[in-house]
Amino acid sequence: MKSQTLPFTGTPEQAAELQKVIAELKDQPGALMPIMQKAQGIYGYLPIEVQKMIADGTGIPIEKIYGVSTFYAQFNLQPKGKYRISVCLGTACYVKGGDKIWDALRKKLGIGEGECTSDRKFSLDSCRCIGACGMAPVMMINDDVYGRLTVDQLDGILAKYN
Amino acid sequence: MKTLEELLKLKAEAQAAMAQKTRVLVCCGGCTSSGSLKVTAAFEKEIAAAGLADKVQVVKTGCMGLCSQGPIVVIQPGNIFYSHIDELKVGKIVNEHLMGGKPVKEFLYPETVADPDKILAMAETNFYKKQLCLALRNCGHISPLHIEEYIARDGYEALWRCLNEKKPEEIVQTMIDSGLRGRGGAGFPTGKKWLLAAQQKETPKYVICNADEGDPGAFMDRSVLEGDPHVILEAMTIAGYATGSHHGYIYVRAEYPIAVQRLEIAIDQAHKLGVLGKNIFETGFDFDIELRLGAGAFVCGEGSALMTSIEGNRGEPRQKPPRSAEKGLFQKPSLLNNVETYANIPQIILKGADWFKAIGTEGSTGTKVFAVGGKINNTGLVEVPMGTTLREVVYDICGGIPGGGKFKAAQTGGPSGGCIPADHLDVKMDFDSLKKIGSMMGSGGLIVMDEHTCMVDIAKFFLEFTVDESCGKCVPCRIGTRRMLDILNKITMGQATMEDLDKLEELCSHIQQNSLCGLGQSAPNPVVSTLKYFRDEYIAHIVDKRCPAGVCKKLVRYTIDKTKCKGCTMCARNCPAVAISGSIRQPHEIDQVKCLKCGACMSNCKFGAISKG
Ligand SMILES: Cc1cc2nc3c(=O)[nH]c(=O)nc-3n(C[C@H](O)[C@H](O)[C@H](O)COP(=O)(O)O)c2cc1C
Ligand code: SF4
Ligand code: SF4
Ligand code: SF4
Ligand code: FES
Ligand code: FES
Repeated sequence: MKSQTLPFTGTPEQAAELQKVIAELKDQPGALMPIMQKAQGIYGYLPIEVQKMIADGTGIPIEKIYGVSTFYAQFNLQPKGKYRISVCLGTACYVKGGDKIWDALRKKLGIGEGECTSDRKFSLDSCRCIGACGMAPVMMINDDVYGRLTVDQLDGILAKYN
Repeated sequence: MKTLEELLKLKAEAQAAMAQKTRVLVCCGGCTSSGSLKVTAAFEKEIAAAGLADKVQVVKTGCMGLCSQGPIVVIQPGNIFYSHIDELKVGKIVNEHLMGGKPVKEFLYPETVADPDKILAMAETNFYKKQLCLALRNCGHISPLHIEEYIARDGYEALWRCLNEKKPEEIVQTMIDSGLRGRGGAGFPTGKKWLLAAQQKETPKYVICNADEGDPGAFMDRSVLEGDPHVILEAMTIAGYATGSHHGYIYVRAEYPIAVQRLEIAIDQAHKLGVLGKNIFETGFDFDIELRLGAGAFVCGEGSALMTSIEGNRGEPRQKPPRSAEKGLFQKPSLLNNVETYANIPQIILKGADWFKAIGTEGSTGTKVFAVGGKINNTGLVEVPMGTTLREVVYDICGGIPGGGKFKAAQTGGPSGGCIPADHLDVKMDFDSLKKIGSMMGSGGLIVMDEHTCMVDIAKFFLEFTVDESCGKCVPCRIGTRRMLDILNKITMGQATMEDLDKLEELCSHIQQNSLCGLGQSAPNPVVSTLKYFRDEYIAHIVDKRCPAGVCKKLVRYTIDKTKCKGCTMCARNCPAVAISGSIRQPHEIDQVKCLKCGACMSNCKFGAISKG
């Protein structure tokens, strides 16, 4: 099932944390990206509600914030799964069969690029090199990196997150 | 800290501390993906349990180079080289090697114990002995988390000498004389860039480090940042002094969280020691460094886009002129260099321009780090003098192609680069020689391909990358690359004509000439160079509707060799499409219309009767 726009469920604590970040950074030159990165750290993604809070806090127009958020691949406008799977499709991994890992995961999870399983457990993305090319092919699940992957290992790895 | 004596005293103390203990060096760079953190924890636990904690030190290092053998553990003294270590092997190493003084031969890197009478040191193995590490000289040898270990290996001495003994002009002259050229891709002379920045009257000026490392398949910058972060801080501070700047930025890609963390720690330590920040070495010179994280856009590796991104905007390149040396970050004069470029600088200051110039070739001095990956036995980082041949890197150092396969081509320069076919294996790897044969040095990614790689498919792979990463600001790149990709798709599906090939070539030159930034200008390179060297492979796809490497799914045909088929029926029973017919003990046949090209039949045939092509 595709991820749908879910109602925003930010807490007052998260909002307070964001306000603190904005107050700390906003007078630095070029503060917008660091603020957005920290905001994504707090909320896990950058829904329009959070972008509006940044706009109000910094005085930067919302159109500009939205423009920046859509330019960079790392900013997520949609929430991710509890376990974020990211398969490297950089050159070293592609040549070593990274696309086979990618195809197998799509089939196993029944979701495509940027999507989330209906229980919100797993989300699937591809990425372009995480710098572990010597271990190609590589994928990440949250902060865990798995190298020298084969399709046979996938079930065992996914089971660890169940 | 103020005087050289103080710095040298610190150095002597650090060296003594390092020499006093047995050091267990565990690669905690990329090897973390094969479990090196567990290995480190196991060592710490077993060493404590054995009561060795005050004699043995466990050090988490950056990449040691031979990543395909990871996790790697090296024990000093002796430079004893363990490969593929997991936590279950640690107990035995602690008992027999650390307690008993006898290395555990069965866990050592096989080449080091090939001769039963002695154990080779890591540096004596084929992979390491032809290398010359300048940029990577500390990687894998020191703890990146301790400034003292960097100082033990001459750290911050170059900065001291610059601030106390050299005029800014002299430093710029040394950079010019060294012949150092930028390692980020373009190979622009570093000294010239510094001179231009130093000449600018406007202030403030900025010194920037490009740590965006966008070429997918390259990770040398990551390894320097993670394995030796202080060298970047020292070099940037020297650049600041030489060009009259007090503000530095390091733009690191967000995919490198460990690098960011180690840089933060390093900056903090350098502040505390007084080698960064206000009044460095009490000379009155101020220089500080801020980290900025990228957010996953390849184009932000391009200089002007990087600066636009630090300013907090969509990272789109700017029209040039003005050049960023004049109007760069925040419209102020800015000096941008790559990580590996900076990593060479402190040593050039300490050992002199002539020392550096004597390494490499006349037009390309020094060394280059390559990230070697793909179909090759030893994947990892290789640093060699410029001018080393591709053959030496692929065969002598990296051990050739796995399974006795045949070298088909190597791609250098990533999505902006080109391929080098087997005929050119003896090409010297330096800026000018690579350019001459239609490839480029790029940042040092080196992907090796064998006969199972389809060159059209690879060209398509790179084009997909550029289409994804084009920022969309100018038409030739935004629309042109997409049209190129459409044609490549048609070719790999067997639907293209020879006119499409002509159109493809026209598009290449149009995009190269009319794009605004380097991304678009170089986007056609992979197509141009594969067309130059592997044209017949394109023609096979177009005219014969055949993919010689058996990669392009639509064109692959599985066929049964009647003379080899024993009629065992295995293939037919495993075919999901019921595409195989034939009676028992009679030759079988595949119905090409029904076949899904899944390959199950081929892997099930015990008689090697099925082939694809
Ligand atoms: C599309 C594009 C991407 C680039 N990516 C990088 C990169 O990831 N790292 C880098 O150092 N230089 C990159 N460059 C080159 C930079 O523009 C610039 O030349 C370099 O950082 C200058 O440093 P150097 O002279 O020390 O090499 C890129 C250039 C282009 C056109
Ligand atoms: S060439 Fe491509 S990446 Fe560069 S400015 Fe134009 S559209 Fe953007
Ligand atoms: S490739 Fe797959 S679908 Fe085609 S004949 Fe073989 S088993 Fe059947
Ligand atoms: S598995 Fe091989 S030998 Fe057996 S029927 Fe099929 S092609 Fe013939
Ligand atoms: S190409 Fe996959 S980690 Fe670099
Ligand atoms: S990452 Fe461990 S040796 Fe390269």
